[in-house]
Amino acid sequence: MKGVAPILGAVALLGLAPLVTSSNVVLNFLILVLLIALVGQGWNLLGGYGGQYSFGHAAFFGTGAYVTAILQTSYGINAWVGFCIGIVAGALIGAATGALSFRSGLKGSYFALVTLAFAEVLRIIASAAPITGAGVGTLIALDLRPGAFQFQSRAPFYWIILSLVAASLMIVRAIEESRFGAYLVALRENEDAAQALGVNTTAIKTIAMTISAAITAAGGCFYAQYFLFIDAGIAYGPWISIEALLAPIVGGVGTVFGPLLGSLVVKTLGELGKIAAGDAPGLDLVVYGCILILVVAVAPRGIAGILADRHRLPSPKASRRTSLERNNG
Amino acid sequence: MTGAVYALIALGLTLIYGVLHIINFAHGALLTAAMFAAFFAHKLLGLDPYIAAFFLTPLFFLLGYGLQRFIIGPAAHGEDRNVLLVTLGLAIVIQNALLYVFRADTRTVDLPYAFDVIDVGPASLAVPRVIAFIAVFAVALVLWLIMRRTDTGKAIRAVAKERLGAELSGIEVEHIYAVTFGLGTACLAIAACLLIPTYYVNPHVGDAFVLVSFTIVVLGGMGSVAGALIGGIFIGVVESLSGFYLGESLGQISIFVTFILVLLFRPAGLFGART
Repeated sequence: MKGVAPILGAVALLGLAPLVTSSNVVLNFLILVLLIALVGQGWNLLGGYGGQYSFGHAAFFGTGAYVTAILQTSYGINAWVGFCIGIVAGALIGAATGALSFRSGLKGSYFALVTLAFAEVLRIIASAAPITGAGVGTLIALDLRPGAFQFQSRAPFYWIILSLVAASLMIVRAIEESRFGAYLVALRENEDAAQALGVNTTAIKTIAMTISAAITAAGGCFYAQYFLFIDAGIAYGPWISIEALLAPIVGGVGTVFGPLLGSLVVKTLGELGKIAAGDAPGLDLVVYGCILILVVAVAPRGIAGILADRHRLPSPKASRRTSLERNNG
Repeated sequence: MTGAVYALIALGLTLIYGVLHIINFAHGALLTAAMFAAFFAHKLLGLDPYIAAFFLTPLFFLLGYGLQRFIIGPAAHGEDRNVLLVTLGLAIVIQNALLYVFRADTRTVDLPYAFDVIDVGPASLAVPRVIAFIAVFAVALVLWLIMRRTDTGKAIRAVAKERLGAELSGIEVEHIYAVTFGLGTACLAIAACLLIPTYYVNPHVGDAFVLVSFTIVVLGGMGSVAGALIGGIFIGVVESLSGFYLGESLGQISIFVTFILVLLFRPAGLFGART
């Protein structure tokens, strides 16, 4: 398969980080970058390749996190098993919400709204139901054994999240090459035309949402194990839905490396903002919001788009014409 | 009674949707901003919220006009997906800037008449709520008159119906878009002034209203003014009843469930035609 070498190269390079530095601050930062890259890659599959913009990926992230945590605290199930079940649970939520929404023909803004509503319903349930610890949250007991998916140092966590990101890169790359990926891109570009050519768009979108949810849920499961604490606002809160879409949009929607690239840039800018103005609540999100507007305004195809344009500079005249055509179309 | 204010918020949203065909995700954040403005107008200038409404409404009209004309319009390049993202970005910026400046504290306004009641037959009604109820219908009437009787209103309806045709007959579409966005934002300023006497304000207060107003708009049919009014009152009743039977925290769920059900089964709204 083409395109595997860059993935392996990037992952190998990133894998060296814990050997170069043992600073917890740096590793913690890189772990968060990779976590958002993973969650964003889930969003990218559905939003970037399929053109279905979800504003509620928190639903999958939170389900993964809660299932992992609750299986351990309430049922005494091994963390690694809980991790796998968490991913499956997230995928099931994705399949269910996807089937419901797409069967009803929701697209565009309506789809964004309904995903947002699903995430909010789950958040309210989680903040009231006894099994999630309601408002108090869920705390996973400290048990520093690899068998319990807990480690003394941050390096193992780093390699685990890196391998999850690597797996997500490979999955998306494989989908890009596959017939399924071609269907997905086709329906993004023109759903009616894809349908007319015999693509079962509802089924394709639902499958894409299921895989997308599974990838994002893996991020949630990892979050629960890494921080050992979640509550309804963390797991199902809007912040993660925003991070999930921001990373791929900044990096370049519908590209394999977009979410990773975007996550790195967004997180770095967020940290710089904190250094510049002190760590105050809300400030990092103000920075994110500005980045989002600027990227959409100036570089709608993200960093990947800028890099691609540098290879073949289009004349300003040509680009103006296409924008006119789009307006009239 | 809360339903009436919901209806006003939804009115702004449905107006913007009806003409620009976009869902304004910044609606809730703009409401929060308006509520902070009303709060500080009272605290710093000693203005009664009902009087402040007359100053804040034109101010928010200009704000809305500017946002659409200089930020949303140019940034979106005319693509729906981009509009979604830009308004979401605006919502994040406004809400978190407020959080950064004012912190998460919840503030309330003390007004002498906030707990006054008047007796209407067997029921006692809180004065601020009666005022809100009447004001909302007055605003709806004014809006209706603007749309029906003025040239700008005519232009707005023309753009809503047939954008290209309106443009060819010499209507400046970007200007009309911005005016509509301004009108929608102005509705929020009025809603904020009606809410502040009996409600609290914090940087997240708009969240509670934004999905409710989305629900109303979807329920009443996107772009329908009458639908927004009826939907608003309906949702007000649903919320009161479910809050009563399910309790405070779970009560909110009924709104989201209504929302999801309507989206899934009647996306054109209860009164809209299915397309």
